[in-house]
Amino acid sequence: MYRYDEFDSKLVNERVEQFRRQTERRIKGELQEEQFRPLRLMNGLYLQLHAYMLRINVPYGVLSARQMRQLAHVARTYDKGYGHFTTRQNIQYNWIQLKDVPDALADLAEVEMHGIQSSGNCIRNTTSDQYAGVARDEIEDPRVYCEIIRQWSTLHPEFSFLPRKFKIAVTGSPNDRAAVKVHDIGLRMYRNDAGEAGFEVIVGGGQGRTPFIGKTIREWLPPEHLLSYLEAILRVYNFDGRRDNKYKARIKILVHQVGADEFRRRVDEEWEHIKDSALKLPQAEIDRINAYFAPHDYETLQDQGDLLAEQGKANTEFAAWLKANVANHKVPGYAIVNISLKSLRQPPGDMTAAQMDATADLADAYSYGELRVNHRQNLVLPDVRQSDLFELWQKLASIDLATPNIGHVSDIIACPGLDYCALANARSIPIAQEINARFQSMDRVHEIGELTINISGCMNACGHHHVGHIGILGVDKKGQEFYQFTLGGSSDQNASLGDRTGPGFPADQAVDAVETILNTYVKIRNEGERFLDTYRRVGMAPFKEALYGPA
Amino acid sequence: MQMIIANTLVDGFVVFLTDDNGWTNDIGKGALATNDTEAATLLAQAKAAEAANVVLDPYLIPVVIENGNRKPTEYREYIRATGPTVAIPA
Repeated sequence: MYRYDEFDSKLVNERVEQFRRQTERRIKGELQEEQFRPLRLMNGLYLQLHAYMLRINVPYGVLSARQMRQLAHVARTYDKGYGHFTTRQNIQYNWIQLKDVPDALADLAEVEMHGIQSSGNCIRNTTSDQYAGVARDEIEDPRVYCEIIRQWSTLHPEFSFLPRKFKIAVTGSPNDRAAVKVHDIGLRMYRNDAGEAGFEVIVGGGQGRTPFIGKTIREWLPPEHLLSYLEAILRVYNFDGRRDNKYKARIKILVHQVGADEFRRRVDEEWEHIKDSALKLPQAEIDRINAYFAPHDYETLQDQGDLLAEQGKANTEFAAWLKANVANHKVPGYAIVNISLKSLRQPPGDMTAAQMDATADLADAYSYGELRVNHRQNLVLPDVRQSDLFELWQKLASIDLATPNIGHVSDIIACPGLDYCALANARSIPIAQEINARFQSMDRVHEIGELTINISGCMNACGHHHVGHIGILGVDKKGQEFYQFTLGGSSDQNASLGDRTGPGFPADQAVDAVETILNTYVKIRNEGERFLDTYRRVGMAPFKEALYGPA
Repeated sequence: MQMIIANTLVDGFVVFLTDDNGWTNDIGKGALATNDTEAATLLAQAKAAEAANVVLDPYLIPVVIENGNRKPTEYREYIRATGPTVAIPA
């Protein structure tokens, strides 16, 4: 994986010391809160409902075992012994104390981690496919381009005060696991007729109070022009994006208001000036970055289908885990292992320091010392020998990390909601946990099949409710928590926004509503048909009737 | 009845203004205002503490007393006063 060069370490270490002095001045009273707030936010430090919250970037979701151990150390030393993995592949600490933040950041800098640009109106952590580099369906490794974007966007002086925050996602596979159509910019790699790899450029997707699926403004972008074209988009947005109203300041509003054609025209006009500037990426530079992501020295192995079938027959729990949590690897004899952070006992995405340490050890023992964080708040061990799967599964199960529910009803995205977040209107985690508790029979979970449930505690949609097959939005209705439902959302290559079912349900009826929706689906589905496909085939009517009675 | 809720500057944790113009993490030990005049006095003290960089964003919250315990009437403030309603991972 990528290692910092001298520039990266210098700027991160200098920032830690700068923030240390700023924090000292704040605590002494030499800086007032309105002066300090933008400084702390530039380093990922928020003030939430109960305490400060520190958000640390995990660039495109790639973590080394060493970094994971340091995340555990920070959780243990400066927080309450746990951390929360987010839908942006980052980690948040919920109980960090201001006086400790400089030390925590110094410890993180030792392993090339920081909170720079994890908040504020700037280009945030570029996110990607958690299977990058190992997916069987991959065209090229998207991490290479994520890293190039990271270097370009880090402390980019022109884009440090954008109208609003800005999120870029990259997929190198036709099967989009990075939700690129609901990002400010989504880059989808594909091969043209000449067999060359390049990008479709999708702009203006996003969720929040005004959700949009992104629009394609360029069908084909050769990689050499990646940065100049991104720069042209950002420049148009920086200039034309609204700054008078926070709720209309994202690029999606600009693209929607002027239209994709006019937006494309403005970008192309700008691009003409800079297309062949210093931003043009020489192949040598792409190759240099690519070398950091060179494939591991894989052994020559055979696929172990017979062995796994035999082990699965002897142990049905292992078989269920294999089916739900293990994905195909591009190299024969290897597998991609998803680690579910959705057990009944912990909020979605939460992990204790002990689990982090244990997972780092497992990464060292079974997966070349590397881990991934995905946007559904789970982890991945990307390079596991198939012959090690049974042993690994036993070890994961012993630390409550082998719930066989990836891509199923209890693999729920949930924002922190009103249990932690100062912006939330309602709680998300308890609803996720109640759904999880209701669907504890793994036979039933697997019988329901592929399904995403996404829960947000307010319309900012950090829990991605618009693109859940079932989306749940918590609202405050006259001082009571209510939950509105949407059906038919998706964040994959065929992305769609969910449709509202109708009036919301009070908290104590929300899980019953999920069950009603799923019972209706099971009754009317065709053989082998996913929930999403059933919904797309039959529409809202049967679900509405089941939830609210005949019209 | 009303109380003052805030976060401390240095650790960030939730605190309540006390009768002797200090701050406590324990809602049971915070000052209670029983009328608007008392509430205004508490708020003025809290704003002075904010200006002195002791706490952040202090404001009044309505509370009731149930079985001898203070309970914020709005659920947001109740969660803020008592912590997350879900178990912290351990």
